[in-house]
Amino acid sequence: MSLEGLGKSLRSTLAKVFKASRVDKELVKGLVNDLVRALLQADVQVDLVIDLAKRVEDRALNEKPPPGVTRREHIVKVVYDEVVKLLGGENVSSPVPKLGKMNVYMLVGLQGSGKTTTACKLASFYQRRGFRTGLICADVYRPGAYQQLKQLGDKAGVPVYGEPDGKDPVKIVLDGLELFRRSKRDLVIIDTAGRHKDEESLMKEVKELYEVIKPDEVILTVDATIGQQAYSQAKAFHEAVGVGSIIVTKMDGSARGGGALSAVAATGAPVKFIGVGEKLDDLEVFNPRRFVARLLGFGDIEGLLEKFKRAELKVSEKEARSVLMGRFTLKDLYKQMESLRKLGPLKSIISHLPGFSYGLSDELLEEAEDKMDRWKAIIESMTEEERVNPKVLNASRVRRIARGAGVSERDVKELIKYYERTVKLLKAMRGRRSLLRAGRRTGFKVPKVDIG
Amino acid sequence: MGALLEGLRKAFSSFIEKLGSKELSSKELQPVLEELKLSLVRNDVAYTVAEEICSEIAEKLSGVKVGRFEDVRPLVKKTLRQVLLETLKTSYEKGFLETVKAKVSKGEPAVILFVGVNGSGKTLTIAKVGRMLLRNGFTVCIACSDTFRAGAIEQVEILAKRLGVRAIKQTYGSDAAAVAYDAVQYARAHGINVVLIDTAGRMQTRRNLMEEMRKIARVTNPDLVVFVGDSLTGNDAVNQAEEFMKYVGIDFVILTKMDADAKGGAAISISKLIGRPVAYIGTGQDLEDLEPFDPERFVDKIVV
Repeated sequence: MSLEGLGKSLRSTLAKVFKASRVDKELVKGLVNDLVRALLQADVQVDLVIDLAKRVEDRALNEKPPPGVTRREHIVKVVYDEVVKLLGGENVSSPVPKLGKMNVYMLVGLQGSGKTTTACKLASFYQRRGFRTGLICADVYRPGAYQQLKQLGDKAGVPVYGEPDGKDPVKIVLDGLELFRRSKRDLVIIDTAGRHKDEESLMKEVKELYEVIKPDEVILTVDATIGQQAYSQAKAFHEAVGVGSIIVTKMDGSARGGGALSAVAATGAPVKFIGVGEKLDDLEVFNPRRFVARLLGFGDIEGLLEKFKRAELKVSEKEARSVLMGRFTLKDLYKQMESLRKLGPLKSIISHLPGFSYGLSDELLEEAEDKMDRWKAIIESMTEEERVNPKVLNASRVRRIARGAGVSERDVKELIKYYERTVKLLKAMRGRRSLLRAGRRTGFKVPKVDIG
Repeated sequence: MGALLEGLRKAFSSFIEKLGSKELSSKELQPVLEELKLSLVRNDVAYTVAEEICSEIAEKLSGVKVGRFEDVRPLVKKTLRQVLLETLKTSYEKGFLETVKAKVSKGEPAVILFVGVNGSGKTLTIAKVGRMLLRNGFTVCIACSDTFRAGAIEQVEILAKRLGVRAIKQTYGSDAAAVAYDAVQYARAHGINVVLIDTAGRMQTRRNLMEEMRKIARVTNPDLVVFVGDSLTGNDAVNQAEEFMKYVGIDFVILTKMDADAKGGAAISISKLIGRPVAYIGTGQDLEDLEPFDPERFVDKIVV
């Protein structure tokens, strides 16, 4: 199975959803099945996937899409929302060390999950942002663990404390913390052992260290390639020391990192960084959107979500109706232009409009865009009264507005003329609801035919 | 190993139970197979492999005529065993040790190249294999061909010292293939039986690193290429095994960290995909913690 093959079926189902003339139960069921498949292939825990599938199905069938958004688009948004919810929401911030004290972060995780590399990347990340950082190696089991940290620390210019032949991690950590306190470090990151005789004694040691260190934050590293055991492993660490945040490592491979979702579910802690390579600066602040897009094998979700964001600026049905009833003011025109401009270049918007696909030249469209920007400036320079009731506009007002907007008086007059024509057109259109619906789909209302 | 295969065993026994009293029509089979598939996934069998196994079972079971009051359980069990054993008992011309023995009897050092992604446990595994070979009367040296990862050379040196064998090294950043070549030359000159080559972990998506590994293989012409896989890996096992297979060819697989709550699904996924046997499993941190992998026993434990 090739990398491209994964998630392809979900993509094609989503495409099917977009093309379908109507959304029925069968279509939703098909989508949910493919979603389950994609998430299981991405290593998300089976139980989480089953729960998520139920919620998506329920919302897709029963929820009413917001105005201006089709049911098809809404379903994709529901899928995204639910997956992001598993990640603990869309808003993440990297932890910021507090000023005026020595912050201590303790890194925990399984053997081979990438703790040592991550410890150095983190130290380097904060150092580049002006914090004085230090590293302590508390792994006394793995041969060469100290040398690895030391070599990486030297490369990053971060001091490393450790005892290559030490046997007592608690003592090493206490000595290291004392040393770094004296040298006034802002942030100390402690790398711990990931291996042991057995899991029980590993957890015991981690716990002991935790109690001595009392770190400001415990950070769990989760290997992006880990399978179903991510949940139980994260849970074991969480029960021992309380995980505060998660870093997903090895995201530069082909694994989709679904184990991160399981770890979030098991700990309630957010993902804050991802590791994307072996170099010291291969650490990225976590971006839930990009992560989910990868998880689902769905590259262009970002664009779709942008559209949703902009859609929130679209006029409500009530407003649309009021326009049709003839109460159309310059404020409405302004709002229209604003939401239109936010949808992107006119060229691409026009191409999506039913019935407007005939050839408008690029120059014409660019001119229209310029004009729209000018008109927006003109309306911004008007008083409230002038916007609601443009009839009051006289020569002196026009002169003032033109000066305020930095345009010629002719531009202002042209806008007024356009406005008057639009009102006339709207009156003629009353009752033709089909046109209104067509306009609503893209946030582009019918009168703008006249642009340019 | 018994306790950690609990999950797979439960998956299969509930499958057998559910079919036990039913007629084997595809309509009856479908939901039960669906459940089996999820159980396999729960136990870290890669999704596509779980699908394949289920469809093989379905194919073998559907259309089978059973008497009305006959218990179909033995039949279901037999089918399951058969599918799993076919998957796991992929043949290799000779066993791991036999291959080494054959080469050594020719008066040449046997060269074993270890490859895998970062953090799968290659270095410790090499030390464990070294210990096992020493116990079998071979002499061994290790090549530090991971010249990239910080601390990698020291790690090999410490382990080699523990084994009482020689570690062949250069400095960090030096050509990994050259180090491996040196080690083979050293073994020839000193009559050492086996050269174990430690390579840097690499994500299989990094083309240049995969090419570098190919170069090491070309220069040293290994008798065995061993893929070291983490048994906790989920679906990515599929992609890893396939890519390493494509670049250097894999003869044997060693699965590590079987003691870390692993469910054993990776053994099934990897064997199914690349058709190469799992030779050993790593079951702990000690150099002794390497067990031969026995497919019959593995299947006995999960299909009860």
